[in-house]
Amino acid sequence: MMKLNVNGNIVEVDAEGDTPLLWVLREHLGLTGTKYGCGIAQCGSCTVHIDGVAQRTCVYPVSAVTEDQKITTIEGLGQEETHPVQEVWAELDVAQCGYCQTGMIMAVSSLLEQNPNPSDDEIRTQISNICRCGTYPRVLEGVKLAAARINENES
Amino acid sequence: MKAQTKDQNDKLLSSRRGFLKGAGATAGAFVFGFSFPLDKKAFAQSTAASDEVNAWVVVNPDETVLIRIARIEMGQGSLTGLAQLVAEELECDWDKVSFDLVKPGKNLERNNVWGSQATGGSTAIRGSHEFLRRGGAAARAMLIQAAAQQWGVEASSCSVSKGVITHEPSGRTTTYGQVAELADGMTPPENLELKDPSKWEIIGKPVKRLDTLDKLDGSLVYGVDVSMPNMLVAVSKTCPVHGGELAGFDASAVEGMAGVKHVFRVNHETVAIVADTFWHAKKAMDALPVEWDEGPNANVSSESIAEMQREGLSADTPYVGHQVGNAREVLKSASRVIEADYRYPFQHHAPMEPLAATVLWTDTGCEMWAPTQRPEVAMATMSEASGHPQEACEIHTMRIGGSFGRRLATDYVNIATLVAKQLPGTPVKTMWTREEDMLHGRYHPVTQCRFRASLDDQGEVEALHVRISGQSITSYTYPSTITEDRGDPVAYQGLEAEGDMAIGYTFPNLLVDHAIRNTHIRPGYWRGVNLNQNALYMESFIDELAHETGEDPVEFRRKLMKNHPKNLAVLNKVVEGIGWDTPAPEGIHRGVAQIKGFGSYVAAAAEVSVTNGKLKIHRLVAATDTGYVVNPQQVKAQVFGSFVYGLSPLLYSECTVENGRIAQQNFNTYEVMRLVDMPEVEVHLVPSGGFWGGVGEPTIAVAAPAVLNAIFAATGKRIRRIPIQESDLA
Repeated sequence: MMKLNVNGNIVEVDAEGDTPLLWVLREHLGLTGTKYGCGIAQCGSCTVHIDGVAQRTCVYPVSAVTEDQKITTIEGLGQEETHPVQEVWAELDVAQCGYCQTGMIMAVSSLLEQNPNPSDDEIRTQISNICRCGTYPRVLEGVKLAAARINENES
Repeated sequence: MKAQTKDQNDKLLSSRRGFLKGAGATAGAFVFGFSFPLDKKAFAQSTAASDEVNAWVVVNPDETVLIRIARIEMGQGSLTGLAQLVAEELECDWDKVSFDLVKPGKNLERNNVWGSQATGGSTAIRGSHEFLRRGGAAARAMLIQAAAQQWGVEASSCSVSKGVITHEPSGRTTTYGQVAELADGMTPPENLELKDPSKWEIIGKPVKRLDTLDKLDGSLVYGVDVSMPNMLVAVSKTCPVHGGELAGFDASAVEGMAGVKHVFRVNHETVAIVADTFWHAKKAMDALPVEWDEGPNANVSSESIAEMQREGLSADTPYVGHQVGNAREVLKSASRVIEADYRYPFQHHAPMEPLAATVLWTDTGCEMWAPTQRPEVAMATMSEASGHPQEACEIHTMRIGGSFGRRLATDYVNIATLVAKQLPGTPVKTMWTREEDMLHGRYHPVTQCRFRASLDDQGEVEALHVRISGQSITSYTYPSTITEDRGDPVAYQGLEAEGDMAIGYTFPNLLVDHAIRNTHIRPGYWRGVNLNQNALYMESFIDELAHETGEDPVEFRRKLMKNHPKNLAVLNKVVEGIGWDTPAPEGIHRGVAQIKGFGSYVAAAAEVSVTNGKLKIHRLVAATDTGYVVNPQQVKAQVFGSFVYGLSPLLYSECTVENGRIAQQNFNTYEVMRLVDMPEVEVHLVPSGGFWGGVGEPTIAVAAPAVLNAIFAATGKRIRRIPIQESDLA
């Protein structure tokens, strides 16, 4: 049994160490908001935060995570209050099918944590998640609006 | 009256109430709504007719309105548009609307009261707007009748607004929620008058999607997320060469691996491993020694397919799609003939949600939790595979994590049902890895096209012969509908004489014909279907002709479009939007394209630069005339998405065939567009009214040719096959 800190809870997991964190979250913890898209860290649907930093989990073995590292999944992101990125995503109707959007939101919220005022170019190069519905124009608009809102709240 | 809403709706309502609250980590699997035992009576009770006004509308005592959605939502947003159509005539309060998904077994049981559930071809709205508006109007009439009866007054003396009914003479009011139970017994008038479009208050408004919130906190359960007690997970693997067979496998090599429960043959071409989790099943499948009998198709390659189709460019063919005058004769004696050959490769739908279906088979029935674009066909597939009549089957339809036409096919339903049938009483979720999904697609067909055009002394087109040589989707999906004179009707999209796919130019002599050249790789309906290839060919070649005559590409088109005012209007709109008549900034070059498809008129204009052999698409302007627009912000979202879907094949995506199998198995080799390359997009909706055109597909077709024409303007190089390669721009 290993212990993980997921969304503020310490949970015990019985999984082989080489199991990707994605499948531990989905199949052992029932946190299916983190998605399987490619299995080779190409698409970003499986993005979560580890200590606040975006991490693609489909090739990230659970054994690489320690108990004192804080894992936040999409289910935990807005646990206390709706995250500004989620808020903006709802306002702009960014999601189409929505499948990639949980990973997208995790990637965007992590980006804004590291870089509160990203330029267009920084957003474009750092948000590399694949969306086949083609929500990109609203993703770009959403990142900028969320950044403005976060900065407004903090000033 | 107590509304007995279904799982999806309960889930939606609860997620709306408690949006983004309390979905923290919990040990133990999330359990999707599930009713044991499998019992047809349970289905009947769960949506008993007494909780509804009519098939489309349920009004709850708390004034919330549930609108039933029969078509499938896969991201395209028509779920919300369909609800708007009902709500418009219902005159309910839009803020109180939620939705419920119709199950095909229920539709069967109620004699198809919801009509066809099939969702594809950009038809969800345009194929159901009339009966949905009538459904809303009928429910409104019944609710008013109920109020009038309670008051003992004439229904005609009552009016309604946002679900509040008023008796005009007395000023008394009541609400839909208060009279809904009584309304159930009313008979709607036979002659329901629908509102004039000028009176619409909900149709045409950019309301927010009804299905957003549970996509933002991870609570929406997609097909791959289904979990239920005692469920096992299967991973299947089918012969990578289509048409090949499963020769054998060594189960003993993996039977001791963690979590593995069963290893078995599914059918002549597929093996499955069933385990406690996907990860265990996948690991075991990766380790399973399998032998395939690949058969003669293993010798096929992209090169051999291209060679076979090239022969079709000049061969005799009986299939003619569109003929005006006598293009062949004119071309024979023409003094100036322009020729060009184009080709378009296989594409994969590659929706972000890989294929999956959860099936419970028992000796009395079969139940499935899975997304599908064609619930009726999926029912038939499941019925046949399960050995149970359709009356003993049910599908819990789901919102899909992208589909783009892939789930019009039901191959994954067949495999999932056959797997579950080997484990009676145990629900089994059969999942495809991304690699398996890529290897067994229903690919955008590979085609080639040869143009021959003759120009007279004034540079007018005398004759045009468009020869398409390529794979015919219909040959695989509905072979009996291949006709003797036209062959495959799908082959001529965008080039037809009339209708939803009509050509937007007039030529004195025109011949569009098709040499069917099929291969073993199975084609399917990829978002936009053959409109995409045909628009790329036609709009590039029209540009070639303009260049030959030395005319401006827009002016050259306008001359050919005199009889096509709606096509011309959208072209003019993008010409204006891109600033065609003013000089482009230094280093920026422009191109345009237009076409009619799926009943709508679309055009695009592009601005690009090519610097040191590197292409940058700076800006795209779109114009679309869909006749009526139900939800403008969602139509815009579809146009954005169409550009992304249409630019991926232009810039990166291609499925090639090596040793009879698709070579690209994941997004590292099947590259698709990402945010980094997304140009600025400007969308003009110019609905001219009077018709209902499709939205989800047509704009895809103009994305690539607009950019290709801009590249020609930038470089003088005409790219006639995609994706663009570095050498094309050097």
